[in-house]
Amino acid sequence: MIGGLFIYNHKGEVLISRVYRDDIGRNAVDAFRVNVIHARQQVRSPVTNIARTSFFHIKRSNIWLAAVTKQNVNAAMVFEFLYKMCDVMSAYFGKISEENIKNNFVLIYELLDEILDFGYPQNSETGALKTFITQQGIKGQHQTKEEQSQITSQVTGQIGWRREGIKYRRNELFLDVLESVNLLMSPQGQVLSAHVSGRVVMKSYLSGMPECKFGMNDKIVIDKQGKGGTTDDPVKSELGGSGKQSIAIDDCTFHQCVRLSKFDSERSISFIPPDGEYELMRYRTTKDIILPFRVIPLVREVGRTKLEVKVVIKSNFKPSLLAQKIEVRIPTPLNTSGVQVICMKGKAKYKASENAIVWKIKRMAGMKESQISAEIELLPTNDKKKWARPPISMNFEVPFAPSGLKVRYLKVFESKLNYSDHDVIKWVRYIGRSGIYETRC
Amino acid sequence: LKVINCCVWDPSGEIFELKAELNSDKKEKKKEAVKKVIASMTVGKDVSALFPDVVNCMQTDNLELKKLVYLYLMNYAKSQPDMAIMAVNTFVKDCEDPNPLIRALAVRTMGCIRVDKITEYLCEPLRKCLKDEDPYVRKTAAVCVAKLHDINAQLVEDQGFLDTLKDLISDSNPMVVANAVAALSEIAESHPNSNLLDLNPQTINKLLTALNECTEWGQIFILDCLANYMPRDDRESQSICERVTPRLSHANSAVVLSAVKVLMKFMEMLPKDLDYYGTLLKKLAPPLVTLLSAEPELQYVALRNINLIVQKRPEILKHEMKVFFVKYNDPIYVKLEKLDIMIRLASQANIAQVLAELKEYATEVDVDFVRKAVRAIGRCAIKVEQSAERCVSTLLDLIQTKVNYVVQEAIVVIKDIFRKYPNKYESVIATLCENLDSLDEPEARAAMIWIVGEYAERIDNADELLESFLEGFHDESTQVQLQLLTAIVKLFLKKPTETQELVQQVLSLATQDSDNPDLRDRGYIYWRLLSTDPVAAKEVVLAEKPLISEETDLIEPTLLEELICHIGTLASVYHKPPSAFVEGSRGVQHKRLPARMGAGLGAAPAAMPASLGGAPAVGGGLGDLFDLGGGVGMPTGSYVAPKTAWLLAMKAKGLEISGTFARRGGIIQMDLSLTNKAMSVMTDFAIQFNRNSFGLAPAGPMQVLTPLSPNQTIDVSLPLSMSGPVMKMEPLNNLQVAVKNNIDVFYFSCQYPLSLLFVEDGKMDRQVFLATWKDIPNDNEAQFQIKDIHLNSDVASNKLQGSNIFTIAKRTVEGQDMLYQSVKLTNGIWVLAEMRIQTGNPNYTKTNGFRDCMQKQMYDSTSVVRFSSK
Repeated sequence: MIGGLFIYNHKGEVLISRVYRDDIGRNAVDAFRVNVIHARQQVRSPVTNIARTSFFHIKRSNIWLAAVTKQNVNAAMVFEFLYKMCDVMSAYFGKISEENIKNNFVLIYELLDEILDFGYPQNSETGALKTFITQQGIKGQHQTKEEQSQITSQVTGQIGWRREGIKYRRNELFLDVLESVNLLMSPQGQVLSAHVSGRVVMKSYLSGMPECKFGMNDKIVIDKQGKGGTTDDPVKSELGGSGKQSIAIDDCTFHQCVRLSKFDSERSISFIPPDGEYELMRYRTTKDIILPFRVIPLVREVGRTKLEVKVVIKSNFKPSLLAQKIEVRIPTPLNTSGVQVICMKGKAKYKASENAIVWKIKRMAGMKESQISAEIELLPTNDKKKWARPPISMNFEVPFAPSGLKVRYLKVFESKLNYSDHDVIKWVRYIGRSGIYETRC
Repeated sequence: LKVINCCVWDPSGEIFELKAELNSDKKEKKKEAVKKVIASMTVGKDVSALFPDVVNCMQTDNLELKKLVYLYLMNYAKSQPDMAIMAVNTFVKDCEDPNPLIRALAVRTMGCIRVDKITEYLCEPLRKCLKDEDPYVRKTAAVCVAKLHDINAQLVEDQGFLDTLKDLISDSNPMVVANAVAALSEIAESHPNSNLLDLNPQTINKLLTALNECTEWGQIFILDCLANYMPRDDRESQSICERVTPRLSHANSAVVLSAVKVLMKFMEMLPKDLDYYGTLLKKLAPPLVTLLSAEPELQYVALRNINLIVQKRPEILKHEMKVFFVKYNDPIYVKLEKLDIMIRLASQANIAQVLAELKEYATEVDVDFVRKAVRAIGRCAIKVEQSAERCVSTLLDLIQTKVNYVVQEAIVVIKDIFRKYPNKYESVIATLCENLDSLDEPEARAAMIWIVGEYAERIDNADELLESFLEGFHDESTQVQLQLLTAIVKLFLKKPTETQELVQQVLSLATQDSDNPDLRDRGYIYWRLLSTDPVAAKEVVLAEKPLISEETDLIEPTLLEELICHIGTLASVYHKPPSAFVEGSRGVQHKRLPARMGAGLGAAPAAMPASLGGAPAVGGGLGDLFDLGGGVGMPTGSYVAPKTAWLLAMKAKGLEISGTFARRGGIIQMDLSLTNKAMSVMTDFAIQFNRNSFGLAPAGPMQVLTPLSPNQTIDVSLPLSMSGPVMKMEPLNNLQVAVKNNIDVFYFSCQYPLSLLFVEDGKMDRQVFLATWKDIPNDNEAQFQIKDIHLNSDVASNKLQGSNIFTIAKRTVEGQDMLYQSVKLTNGIWVLAEMRIQTGNPNYTKTNGFRDCMQKQMYDSTSVVRFSSK
């Protein structure tokens, strides 16, 4: 199991050091600094073995988090734990920065003591942790016996992510369907690979211990119900929209509140949600993806000192919808000496420090087209190596789900309290963003 | 904390100041002081001098302060054991506190203090906490048992904590169960033979129930523990798989990977024609692909594991090539791993796409990645014959870029392509020769020289080209020197007239001016060959080379099986068994996949129980060869051990089996005595072996013609063949056997003497022996002493010859007889031995040298061929 956990700043100074196992000595702290943080080479692996000691590290801005072990630990678990550790710290004091860590070091030690015991990760749900690890610290003696046992049963219990007795005047929930659409296209416009990775993020402000059921236009469910089954579902008209009937989901994963065995057998998504914001599910689709933009590049080398670039982008969705924050990044060779750009829409600029022309458009409606042309002057070089021509990448945001996913319903049942599914105010929002959206040129 | 940022470290001053603050009356000031102490501790300053002052702050009702003091204690108690005792009372008191959080805190911290005296005081509170009414305390106590075991294993056993821990597996609270499982698994790892984690269908059922209810981490503990279980039959295996598959949809990648491990392992037992087997295969692909959308570090872990899974079961991901395409912004470690998997998945169906990608990658920036991409193109050519031509032309395009390292890498792989498809692509040689000057890496130079030598007859100026390398002969690396020597000799054999001078020159450079023994030896060999028998020289030097295999760098099957059992762990990331990087006894135990038993045993295929008997080391059988028990044994015929009991009647429903092995006239036989100690007649006997190190298998069915009536004994002699499936066993000569009769199937394991495998033509040529003896690396040598044998060297030699151990030479040095002997095993491994006999002293020292690493060679029956052709 994990033998120790260290946090360093960018210079390699130790900010936090907690050793759990006897086989990890103080010199491990230095070994990591010398061999990884101060290493001359770029980091070639997130797992490093130094003198039979294994170091796992991740970086958050310029902070290094490293877990150390001498055993054959579950490597996936160690990384998952390190991410979780970052989540917990952010939930307590915001951004993970050197200053925040220094100011909260007592709290971090307290958390580390609680969520990692002898190197074994324990309950690390912030909802539960916040009930007894507080920055005030002196809660212990004021708690009643009932409160104490409520805390311990929540921390160890089946529903470790939610405490009992939550009350809201207004029962409300927000669903965000956030998708990132990824594309790799050949210069000829052939799709080399495309997939959508989506997340359903839920903000729940519900009283008691509500039992929820979530439904979407999953092809397997729709096919099972038969095509006519959609009309007798009142929520559909409320939340859903038009578009594709159903979508094929390649795979999905769920927050630990979802009953996985039920999903496996009936493909229904039922759960008792944590309070506040959390990620209900992640999914991936590869079939029938709506690609919101198409990029058509044209690069011509005129002699050895000049390049002509023309890029056309076409939006491919309903004209009534508006895409936002559009940015096209056209890489330029390292020996660029000057660039002239002409674009019909938006603003374009050559950024020498980034070796790219960055073209920004604030808004663009569906089924439109826009174009940029640029002349790139090159310095003559005797470098034999050809320019690698990195792909043209694109960023954008659209108000629909490129996978075609639609929320059909989210039902809430709370038998003990007197509110019903109809009293809950529900909001749904779809946002599609670009992931890695690249066209080779 | 501001203090540590600004002040200049002034040891005496600061410590003094802190001491005063720690002893302050004001609570707040005390707390701030302890905080400062902890901050100093973190950055590595020694604040152990404050021990008594800090411990004095321990008795407080402020939980935060208490935790800080505990933190300090855990760090320094070991260096101040006597003072640490001062803290014991508070701990013991806290373990009785009405607040469960404080009880747990006390027992958790106490377990972290590695001081013997404190440990003694820990036992009583721990016992109480293990049975505490509050689950939070119980789950903490469960882990504490593992801590205590790490400090003092004996104490844990004596106090009976292990039993209490086992009871916790049935606890009502899922987190207690999970922690108990984690603690037990860890303890069991350091006691490989204990039956601590006694997994049976009932406990498995409890674990599977807890799996649905506990935290994500608990699920990982439970799944990792489940993976160590051996289901009794395929039905149980399937039912566990069914209950584990829902975990594949968990958001936590570690849960998913651990579930994949369980499924990959238990799948081994499912019959391949079962519908469920196919369903399961299909279910595995999507979650593996999903892992690639996790954070890069996890992607890396996932990719390293997928690399194993693809080698074990290529069918799972064969349609998912595209997801392994490299993204421009992937970190380099992800890129390199993806590339590896792409090559493994490359097939005729997707080769066009793969090649287009690889060509793209070859223009990237990172040198390592580009090299690997170029190499990958070469591997595609070798793997998919139809694509070879396209690969070669892609490589030529890349050579035209003139980027130095791309050119060199391309030449190295083209050499391999030439070896795979001889006489097909020689037209490109001209292009290659153009780049001769730009090659500065030994591997590329050596490859180019090899090409020139191999195709010397088609290259007009081959002699000039090789001569140009000769100028700086002594500055070249050994690899290049050796290659150059061979290439020039090849050239000479092909065009003897024009190159006489050149060959003279290289031979004298290699033999007279070089310090390198390898080079000199090779030079002398060539020289003598050429001067005595040019025809023989031609046969040796220009011999046809064996084709290179399609899949290079595949992980060796036994290691792969072991790594599959370690999916998700560090071993799977390093692609090394845990014993390679874990110290001490932990993890040294090798894990194996369950075996799928053949249909010959009817409807009850089952895995061999993993705990089948321990055994002496391989070398232990040496004494037997001298046949000590039998007095003056006959010098001919190999030694046959007396029959020993292999299967006892009480364990096998009345069937008792004893037996031995013998080698008679080159045939290996298993002599069995079957005794019926039951009340009823036994019929329908059949026998089967599990996979074993040397592929022993019954050559025919076991002939028990008459029914075996009660109290009757039948002797059977079963001829064995060496054509069975091979799997390395521990110990090497272990054999797992299943015997079936009309009542049931029984399993036992036995060990055959290694001498069984010594073949009759094991006498090595004297010269060959001498040469080989020198080549044996030290690592492959083992020494044994055999005591109390009163035989002289001739008798011993005779005796050993009966067991196919042949004496090659004998000499006498300082009154000791030295015998040099050779043995050949059925799978072509040679064992060379030196036996020293001290006259008057009945001790023999025997040094055995294996020609190559035993494990490696086990599967490499070509070793002999290679060796003799050198």
